Amino acid sequence: MSSFDFLTDENRIFTNLYGQKDRSLKAVKARGHWDGTADILGKGRDWIVQEMKDSGLRGRGGAGFPTGLKWSFMPKESDGRPHYLVVNADESEPGTCKDREIMRHDPHTLIEGCLIASFAMGAHAAYIYIRGEYVREREALQRAIDEAYEDGLIGKNACGSGYDFDCYLSHGAGAYICGEETALIESLEGKKGMPRLKPPFPANVGLYGCPSTVNNVESIAVVPTILRRGGSWFAGFGRERNAGTKVFAISGHVNRPCVVEEAMSIPFQDLIDRHCGGFRGGYGNMKAVIPGGSSVPCLTNAQAKDVLMDFDALSALKSGLGTAAVIVMDESTDIIKAIWRLSKFYKHESCGQCTPCREGTGWMMRVMDRLVEGRAAVEEIDMLLEVTKQVEGHTICALGDAAAWPIQGLIRNFRDEIEERIKALDTGRVTAAVAAE
Amino acid sequence: MTTRRLADDAVQPDSFAFSPENADWVKTQVAKFPEGRQASAVIPLLWRAQEQEGWVSRAAIEETARLLDMPTIRVLEVATFYFMFQLSPTGSNAHIQVCGTTPCMLCGAESLVSVCETLIGPAHAVSADGLLSWEEVECLGACANAPMAQIDSWVKGGFHSDYYEDLDKDGFAAIIEAFRAGGYPKPGSQTGRFASEPLGAQTSLTADHTEHHNAAVAAAITEGAA
Repeated sequence: MSSFDFLTDENRIFTNLYGQKDRSLKAVKARGHWDGTADILGKGRDWIVQEMKDSGLRGRGGAGFPTGLKWSFMPKESDGRPHYLVVNADESEPGTCKDREIMRHDPHTLIEGCLIASFAMGAHAAYIYIRGEYVREREALQRAIDEAYEDGLIGKNACGSGYDFDCYLSHGAGAYICGEETALIESLEGKKGMPRLKPPFPANVGLYGCPSTVNNVESIAVVPTILRRGGSWFAGFGRERNAGTKVFAISGHVNRPCVVEEAMSIPFQDLIDRHCGGFRGGYGNMKAVIPGGSSVPCLTNAQAKDVLMDFDALSALKSGLGTAAVIVMDESTDIIKAIWRLSKFYKHESCGQCTPCREGTGWMMRVMDRLVEGRAAVEEIDMLLEVTKQVEGHTICALGDAAAWPIQGLIRNFRDEIEERIKALDTGRVTAAVAAE
Repeated sequence: MTTRRLADDAVQPDSFAFSPENADWVKTQVAKFPEGRQASAVIPLLWRAQEQEGWVSRAAIEETARLLDMPTIRVLEVATFYFMFQLSPTGSNAHIQVCGTTPCMLCGAESLVSVCETLIGPAHAVSADGLLSWEEVECLGACANAPMAQIDSWVKGGFHSDYYEDLDKDGFAAIIEAFRAGGYPKPGSQTGRFASEPLGAQTSLTADHTEHHNAAVAAAITEGAA
């Protein structure tokens, strides 16, 4: 049996993640949300930022940058330009479906978080940019925003704190690239979602040329509970530098896929055994896992056996926690095809701005097309690897890297399989030639 | 990247206008943004045009540019950049978007694609009866309920956009046929899950269940889904 200290409901931040409990504002408040919000604001910006730093929260959108530190980059005083909080609700990383549950079922955590985070950064307005496909989630979130306005929780003198705060919801229309923070800002300004060169960083020149901070939905939605229960409470979960609770999304070949909030640093097998009814056919039948959304390299059965689900443990294996979107693949999986499908995704979603990505993603996909069938020369595997290195790190944003890493993971871990397929086709050709004689 | 072009002139309408209700709604969207930043509303406006007409025509692009005081080319750029904008007509009852990215593929999305090919025809083309169209799209962000499809529909007197989750081949075929017949089948999990909790015994948040449907399904039911 596992010795892991599983998260209990008393310590879950998202108390209505599945939406089964009463979703009315009254019930939301009864569950402890919007409790003493004005008092939290009353403790001041510096206290809030320090408490967030102490909590150890690292951004939940994939990169894992410390949230409190990010907030502290915003100018302390306004130079006349307004400050903005921008919430990245463009959840599009394949495998990731956690923010969706927060927005449709626990939206007040996000709205209260927007108020507190905005206050901590001197922003009087927050824009939430949700992916266009999340139509029902948008409706649920807008309903919650309207409720919060009607109840005086946001708007003029939000929560009776004396602070004015507006929260606006806008949306995209199907472009993965808009999850990149500067592309998101471009999109919010009504343009094509093409990432901006940095610097200047958004904290200096962001939305409408004003100081802005872009945070993931989950990063903001956990803020009110952290501040109510204390940064040290949150820091008590997970290992050092990997603090907190985390919403995991598990898909693929497990018995019962699900979205679930657990403590960070939970052992991989415990996560699946406890919440997903185990691996399809048992752990021995697992071939590979992508532990953090499509952009991170896959791990083999042996590599993942004892891994802890946190930032440091997964990056030590040259993979990553990313968005904590766990994609499990069993022995029946054609791993080359599974990664090929991701190459197709990145080719489709490249915005076309940088040549290495625009051309490279198409090039990589076309080689992958052939590797799936084995219609290639063994030397081309190294050529493909070389191209991934030429794309990686040579583009404005990380989409190029994201397109390169899954292929690198495939070649690193499943090179034998690629070679076997090429050889099998070669042998097949020989056999066919002999048969024709 | 993917190159996207406007539909042939032959199918482009001469004009486009927002309905009176939508024209009022446009004002509420522009009001969300600071003075002079009305271009920020371009995506919501184009989307509303698509909800109204089923697709985004050149006339809709020009009208959106006029309403937001933007050069037409800027709106054209946006319409061709974002994949959700349908640049040619879609099925009059429903447009089906099957998620084909890896998590759904692992769970059988390819069989859903073949259902669409059989029942509707080639992707990006309207079915012979004019009622349905379909395409394969990239990750829709409901991976714990794979495989799934988003269906935009114009039935029961309005526009709806819903996720149909935990699909199998036969159930999906029945959903498509229901839309063909003008019905509005209930969205959400098709295996009886409430939302994204594990199927069967729950492992967390087990107490105080009072709601009958998740937020997405509840909204669809108020619009006539059954």
